[in-house]
Amino acid sequence: MRNESPVLTWFSHIVLILFSAACIIPFILLISASLTDQNSVIANGYSLFPREFSTAAYEYLFTRGSDIIRAYGVTLFVTVVGTVVGLSVTLLMAYPLSRSETPYRGLVLFLVFFSMLFSGGMIPSYLVYASILGLKNTIWVLIVAGVLTNGYYIMMMRVFMQGSISKDLIESAQLDGANEYRILWSIIIPTSTPILAVIGLFTAIYYWNDWQTGMIYITKPDLYSIQNLLKRIMDDVQFIQSNLGANAGGAMAQMPTDTVKMAIAVCGSLPILIAYPFFQKFFIKGIMFGAVKG
Amino acid sequence: MSQISSAKSAASLQAKKKRKYNLKRYSPLLIMMIPGLLYLLVNNYLPMFGIVIAFKDINFTKGILASDWVGLKNFEYLFKTSDAFIITRNTILYNVLFLFLGTVLSLSFAILLNEIRRKFLLRTYQAIISMPHLISWVIISYLVYAFLNPENGLMNRTILPMLGMDEGISWYTEAKYWPVILTLVDQWKGIGYGSIVYFAALLGINEEYYEAARIDGASRIQQILRITLPIVVPVIIMMALLQLGRIFYSDFGLFYQVTLNSGALFETTATIDTYVFNGLTGSGNMGMSAAAGFYQSVVGFVLVITVNYLVRRKSKESALF
Repeated sequence: MRNESPVLTWFSHIVLILFSAACIIPFILLISASLTDQNSVIANGYSLFPREFSTAAYEYLFTRGSDIIRAYGVTLFVTVVGTVVGLSVTLLMAYPLSRSETPYRGLVLFLVFFSMLFSGGMIPSYLVYASILGLKNTIWVLIVAGVLTNGYYIMMMRVFMQGSISKDLIESAQLDGANEYRILWSIIIPTSTPILAVIGLFTAIYYWNDWQTGMIYITKPDLYSIQNLLKRIMDDVQFIQSNLGANAGGAMAQMPTDTVKMAIAVCGSLPILIAYPFFQKFFIKGIMFGAVKG
Repeated sequence: MSQISSAKSAASLQAKKKRKYNLKRYSPLLIMMIPGLLYLLVNNYLPMFGIVIAFKDINFTKGILASDWVGLKNFEYLFKTSDAFIITRNTILYNVLFLFLGTVLSLSFAILLNEIRRKFLLRTYQAIISMPHLISWVIISYLVYAFLNPENGLMNRTILPMLGMDEGISWYTEAKYWPVILTLVDQWKGIGYGSIVYFAALLGINEEYYEAARIDGASRIQQILRITLPIVVPVIIMMALLQLGRIFYSDFGLFYQVTLNSGALFETTATIDTYVFNGLTGSGNMGMSAAAGFYQSVVGFVLVITVNYLVRRKSKESALF
């Protein structure tokens, strides 16, 4: 048994409870604001508990919800396809790099490393995807200009494979006549499930949260992901508030009021918050894994 | 003499043969890497050549490739304005501040987590404090807006009046408050993640050290100061050095979206990344932005190489390469 200091333990609990509260309170404020009557918000501002409860904001969203549903469709498609394709590309890159027999291994390793060290930056990337490949305003740009794979994922997976897959196992499979594809499918993938799960989860979260790619390459509202829709709504409010000032009465009446805006933000964050308890164990394991190995 | 040379050429022939044989035998391994290599080529290597546009007068009617070369003009313009100084200063100062605070706070929280014995509570704390790391910057900008919205926000309507200040503050136009706001938001999002990284390092400490110290009568606080901290110092140094290598890059979401890209806040919130992006979208100067992007790529590269060299001298395994 480790010795304990009751004072220190209590202190730890108190500090952690306070910080946990600080992590949760902003979300409560958001949810509460979305469930408050609009007039009450104008009279008293947002509060942590709805002063006058109202679901009007959500009713409004449901009647005009096609934008949100389409945005969710885009996000879901990009997340699923991006994660499946990205994880496959990472796996197919990491596995040969973990084998010493791979021809030109040193050269490829250097190419992967160098891609982590030097980057052309935002404007040259834009020129490649928009001007050369003509992918602007297509759903595919959200997948390829996101993070299909990157050097960190490849290296993390490679290190895991080198540590956990024995050479003997591969050699005996070769003696039994298995070809390289068979070895990958029947030995490497089953033994690598922990790292595949971690990198898959990180890739999926990345795609779900990605708003920068859409902001740069998507101007058609049909192709907005949920994050881009949220960003657009925030921008519209800013634009009207700062440019039209006092004359904005008419425009203000037609655009989402403050409670509706908060309700949209709740709709945008709820799915990942609901799913979080189910994958938090993997999420935390993934952070720790990156810390130990990376 | 000729015998030796013939033996040599036989050996090299054999080596060649073996190589060829290997290439054939292991070609599936090469084939597997094709998608990844193609992606790196398009996503990472092609844009690297694109940085030369910093030396061009970008003209969209002529097309970017046909635009005229202007040498260092873009750089001259950039460094003549105060922009270059402001964005460099902001990027570096925020990074240093975040690095320092983040390290101290994350490590402190890791030590506190390490004191929690009940597994269920430990997991619950970890899950809750790492939750902000999971949320996109767009959602966070809404959370911040719920506090700072000048008309209805919690700050102006509830918290400031409680402190006796009835005059609300127009948060999104007052630059002076943002160093504090951005630091709070950055730490709020990052501490949970950082503390779990350090917690993983603490888990690796051999329990026997504590046992021995306990027998010698050391208190828990003494154990933390004399055992835990010295053991994690190398981890701290490595993490800090690796972050220093990225000192020329800022978290775009924090500086662009949380500030709602408000022009009035330029003085305290513009970083190299937001400057480059505003050039790309047309609200800034494209040529100067391309120059800033070039400057960031090159200086950033030099810094990573330098830092890695330092890390390598300290501990080979911790180095990136």
